[in-house]
Amino acid sequence: MSGAATRAPLLAVRDLAVRFTGPDGVARAVDGIDLTVGEGETVGLVGESGCGKSVTALALLRLVEPPGHIAHGSSVRLEGRDLLALGAKEIRAVRGNHVALVFQDPLSALNPVLRIGAQIAEAIRAHEAVTRGTAHWRAVEMLAAVGIPDAERRARAYPHQLSGGMRQRVLLAMALACRPQLLLADEPTTALDVTIQAEILELLDGLQQKLGMAVLLITHNLGIVAERTRRVYVMYAGQIVEEAPTPRLFAQPSHPYTEGLLAAVPRLDERRTRLRAIPGQVPPATAWPPGCRFHPRCPHAWERCRLEEPPLLDAGAGQRARCWLVQEPARRKK
Amino acid sequence: MNGTRGPLVEVHDLVTHFVRRTGFLGARREVVQAVNGVTFDVAAHETLGLVGESGCGKTTLGRTILRLADRTSGEVRFDGQDVFALDPAALRRLRRRMQVVFQDPDGSLDPRQSIGRAVREGLEVHGLARGAEADRRVEALLEEVGLPAGSSARWPHEVSGGQRQRAGIARALAVEPEFLVCDEPVSALDVSVQAQVLNLLSDLQARRGLSFLFISHDLAVIRHIAPRVAVMYLGRIVEHGPTDAIYRRPLHPYTQALLTAVPVPDPAKGRQRIVLAGDPPSPVHPPPGCPFHPRCQHPGKDVTCRTVRPELRALAAGHQVACHLAGR
Repeated sequence: MSGAATRAPLLAVRDLAVRFTGPDGVARAVDGIDLTVGEGETVGLVGESGCGKSVTALALLRLVEPPGHIAHGSSVRLEGRDLLALGAKEIRAVRGNHVALVFQDPLSALNPVLRIGAQIAEAIRAHEAVTRGTAHWRAVEMLAAVGIPDAERRARAYPHQLSGGMRQRVLLAMALACRPQLLLADEPTTALDVTIQAEILELLDGLQQKLGMAVLLITHNLGIVAERTRRVYVMYAGQIVEEAPTPRLFAQPSHPYTEGLLAAVPRLDERRTRLRAIPGQVPPATAWPPGCRFHPRCPHAWERCRLEEPPLLDAGAGQRARCWLVQEPARRKK
Repeated sequence: MNGTRGPLVEVHDLVTHFVRRTGFLGARREVVQAVNGVTFDVAAHETLGLVGESGCGKTTLGRTILRLADRTSGEVRFDGQDVFALDPAALRRLRRRMQVVFQDPDGSLDPRQSIGRAVREGLEVHGLARGAEADRRVEALLEEVGLPAGSSARWPHEVSGGQRQRAGIARALAVEPEFLVCDEPVSALDVSVQAQVLNLLSDLQARRGLSFLFISHDLAVIRHIAPRVAVMYLGRIVEHGPTDAIYRRPLHPYTQALLTAVPVPDPAKGRQRIVLAGDPPSPVHPPPGCPFHPRCQHPGKDVTCRTVRPELRALAAGHQVACHLAGR
């Protein structure tokens, strides 16, 4: 696939599957996905609730807890090293240091009774052998780097004393304090106002360039994906259903689900008379439909779709789609 | 009651301040100036969009209009009647005519009630139907909002977010209101579900002749559903007029920044982004003069901006802006 080009990717995920055992049966939340992120690259993982994207992020850092477990046969390689084969101590060394995670709700990620400077310093000292003084100094530096004014003084604040935007910056500071090679950002700005969101994303861009960091940006927001990523994976029902360089995904989506999402989004720049909603609902992870998982909701579905599950098929120019239309374009209904 | 048809809802110089306890063990009192002088109308069968970010006061404004919150000063008139001067009986009659749909359907739906019960409640409270007739109406409403057969027996936690939102809408419609305040009705929903609910609201409006005050932080959603929009900042309306005109050529510096901040799902479009400095000030301590001046990047910002509060003035047909510098 183009984009990851000639160098080996920083992150290579192959056949990742995560299952949850519950009263309703086994939920195959992530059901065999492949994805790669190159060094310094920003890659998007887009999908709606229930598609498995957040579980994917947790799985990459082995943060999936029972009743969930990563299925045998899954592979997650960071610079060639299999993260799933590491011992507990080694994986802890990877977290924070090499791969960091930022997600949507800063309030639940931050310790409410510790001052923010202390929390960042603690994160640094958990991964690097530095003195308290050095850790504190670096924490303040990081707070300044994420745009918190008066960083030295603000380092003494408690999380609840900060606004949502500020807390998200603190989470970013904590994630970046040890200069990871890869940042997993799961809906990092969803809960924020749009003007604050713009600032945080700008900031992330700048820091990323400075640190040469790669980012896997997980979101349902197509606007953010369009503006901030070089390549995109679209996820539905536990699978990757489309992958493409970003401009191509938006200009020429190949999978009907991607087309559906794009048609359903209200646009800022034009007034659409009616949004083309995707009929039906996302199926439950305990009962994925047979054949193509999207077929019950797809306007083009025919017999083959109901019977045979398509693999990711090459649609040209670095684009792949899990859809029989790639092989049989004449089946596309007008 | 309904002579010459003036606006259905009139809001005039509305101010809502409320006291909040804060600090250690709630020992401190602070006054939140949530709504700080708001004036606008909503005509019958019309949708007015109200857009702003968190803390701007839009939710408090919606609640005050419905008399779910107390006003501090100013007026709200529904069909010519002063909402805050009504006796309990008249208020109850009014409540039939104006309803609310919340963002978090748990705000509209009691988790201890089945969906059918929730929708039915309004019919019974207002004496509109009982027994078999009420059942029939509930089923008809659930079908109208696109819920599958059998939904009346389900509990809120058993159905999806989109379905809960539809149930909340059915509940609001049960009493056959004329005016609906929709407070972020689709914000918690996924893209594809959001589209379904927006289409539903459009259809319902056309079919039932409803008026909406549609509150949202999502500018794209507002563009889609509201032909007129009011932009709110720190308790004040800063720009008000036809949505198309404002989105194409925003005149207030805040509206300009807001519009450029929204990421657009089109990588081919390059845009100049106005990035605002800092966080919005708190409604507990609004700045003197123009509420936006501390973050305003207009090169002509001057002492008038810092000391004199701008009022809305018309700069084009139906297009009002509260800014000393706009149009200069």
